[in-house]
Amino acid sequence: MIELAALATFLEASVRLGVPLGLAAIGETVTERSGVINIGLEGSIIAGALAGALGALAFGSAGAGVVVGAGGGLVVALVFAVFAVGLGTDQIITGTAVTLGGLGFTGAVYQARFGVTGTALSLPTLPVMEIPLLSRIPLVGHALFAQAPTAYFAYLAAPAAWYFLFRTEWGLELRAVGEEPSAAAAAGVRVRWTRIWAALFGGAMAGVAGAHLALAHAGTFSENMSAGRGFIAIAVVVLGRWNPVLVFLAALFFGAASAAQFFLQTLGLDLPYQLFLTLPYLLTLAALAGWVGKSRAPAALARPWPPAEG
Amino acid sequence: MRLPEQTHAGLVAAAALAVTAVLAGVSLKLGGFDPFQAGAAMVRGSLGGRSALLSVTLVRSVPLILTGLAVALAFRAGVWNIGAEGQLYAGAVAAVWVGLEGGGLPAPILIVAVLLAAGVGGAAWALVPALMRFRMGVGEVITTILMNFVAIYLAAWLVHGPLQESRGVFPQTEQIVGAARLPPLVEGARLHWGFVLAVVLAVVLWAFVRWTVPGFRIRAVGASPEAARIAGRINPDKVALRAFLVSGALAGLAGGVEVAGVTFALYEGLSPGWGYTAIAVALLAGLNPLGVLFTGFLFGALQGGAGAMQREAGIPSAWVGAVEALAILSVLAVDQIRRRRIPILRAGTVVTQEQADD
Repeated sequence: MIELAALATFLEASVRLGVPLGLAAIGETVTERSGVINIGLEGSIIAGALAGALGALAFGSAGAGVVVGAGGGLVVALVFAVFAVGLGTDQIITGTAVTLGGLGFTGAVYQARFGVTGTALSLPTLPVMEIPLLSRIPLVGHALFAQAPTAYFAYLAAPAAWYFLFRTEWGLELRAVGEEPSAAAAAGVRVRWTRIWAALFGGAMAGVAGAHLALAHAGTFSENMSAGRGFIAIAVVVLGRWNPVLVFLAALFFGAASAAQFFLQTLGLDLPYQLFLTLPYLLTLAALAGWVGKSRAPAALARPWPPAEG
Repeated sequence: MRLPEQTHAGLVAAAALAVTAVLAGVSLKLGGFDPFQAGAAMVRGSLGGRSALLSVTLVRSVPLILTGLAVALAFRAGVWNIGAEGQLYAGAVAAVWVGLEGGGLPAPILIVAVLLAAGVGGAAWALVPALMRFRMGVGEVITTILMNFVAIYLAAWLVHGPLQESRGVFPQTEQIVGAARLPPLVEGARLHWGFVLAVVLAVVLWAFVRWTVPGFRIRAVGASPEAARIAGRINPDKVALRAFLVSGALAGLAGGVEVAGVTFALYEGLSPGWGYTAIAVALLAGLNPLGVLFTGFLFGALQGGAGAMQREAGIPSAWVGAVEALAILSVLAVDQIRRRRIPILRAGTVVTQEQADD
């Protein structure tokens, strides 16, 4: 029975840790389908976390915090889009700068507002909502359907993003922009606007992911609390083959990798804490090595448009 | 991929610096701080006096110059090594290991062994993403970043576990033996011989890239792998792989020099993100190794003055990270505007990869 309880805890933790990754990765999938790779995702997540925390404090509600958090992630993505799409600067370097800036600015704002030593900030948290009936399903029911509202948002966002990309005209245009921007432009699609909107959507989703980190379970903000999730989310997009539903499932898998720590500890396997922390990164590397040949990135990924001229 | 070009690099850097300074000042003003007081505190803390210069700024600039050279070389070869941070830690671990174990060897030999180990450690850390790129076709951007996290947590594990000091109090290793340490360069200051090493390496790398055949190959591959292969009969993967490994070795050396010259031990959080700042250092230098000397010093002063700015003007130290981001974005924007909008400045541009592709 103890093993079963441990398994239930493990599954719950897998979903809890997988949801923020999934939210950010679904957004990045749409961004990348338009031909833009946003390494600045990490910056959007941390900005979403801080904006979510400040919003929740200002309005006294965690729900309002999530909305403000989405806005925070969007603003960071706007900076990225103006440079990488508007000016056509290199996407990798721009994204790296945006991540550095996001971490730096949020750290500075947090220190200025709450002091350097900072007693732990206590925020209103998102409630755990149990879905009747569904949460009674043995084993997985409680793990999947007794989560914060942001988790349910992610469950809906994955198929919605899939439907948008593969069953609507706008989705078709967006994918055309990511595969053959010149052909899309010739057909009358506004390439740069499409890419900007796709990047902003990705930023807003990453902002929700950040707000989830601060408000769903932690109830606090700390500097660098995004802890590289933005980068893992980008790897997860590759593993999910740029398909939002598969991407979300891949994110849950990596949530499980992070949650393995708790599970193995209850089984009495006492690996040092820091070694557990390397696990999600090592698994991501291994998965990229084993998987990447089987998937194909959008053809125009990371290429500026219009193409540079002398 | 597009990068600031070599021509007009000085012009771009100067304009970008001016833009960065203005934006940094505006952001401080918006945050309710006094930009001029902040600037004065920063200059005093980084350049105002012998101790600020010789014990803070120049000491800080050594790892920034070395990692900056690592990034500059990789980017020149078209390798997106965002992993200098992890390679630095790998180098630091290797250096500490040799510095602790290698007792008995005389000073000059042991120091060389420590630095060699650091270089090998950094190159080994770069080998994983390099092989993933050239054998499996996995892009190096994400893999180098992931390797950073692995290195940082492994170093944390080492100083909490197998390599922790025998007292078991602090999460750090024992101090390396005296013979493994880089001697001070100036009496009574923290500046050590690692600074000379950094300057020499910058000059050597500059001459190598500019005047040697392998250096030319790196430039050719970075500008256009296809053209290099067809017109120059160069194997672009081989050249890029070597540049990747040397880049890793340089970043690893930064970790080794920091351990052998400043901390004498490995501890958690050894680097405050030098491997990432290095990207700003390299780009602002126009990927020119001699320019890296200047920009490394500049960012060393920025980080060195951050403490004084926090004490005297109450500005959070994390703000420096934001300024580094502003510097990168300014370089990109200035370069792009010069390239696209002002035809008169376009003379003498080199062919970049996209142009060759299109």
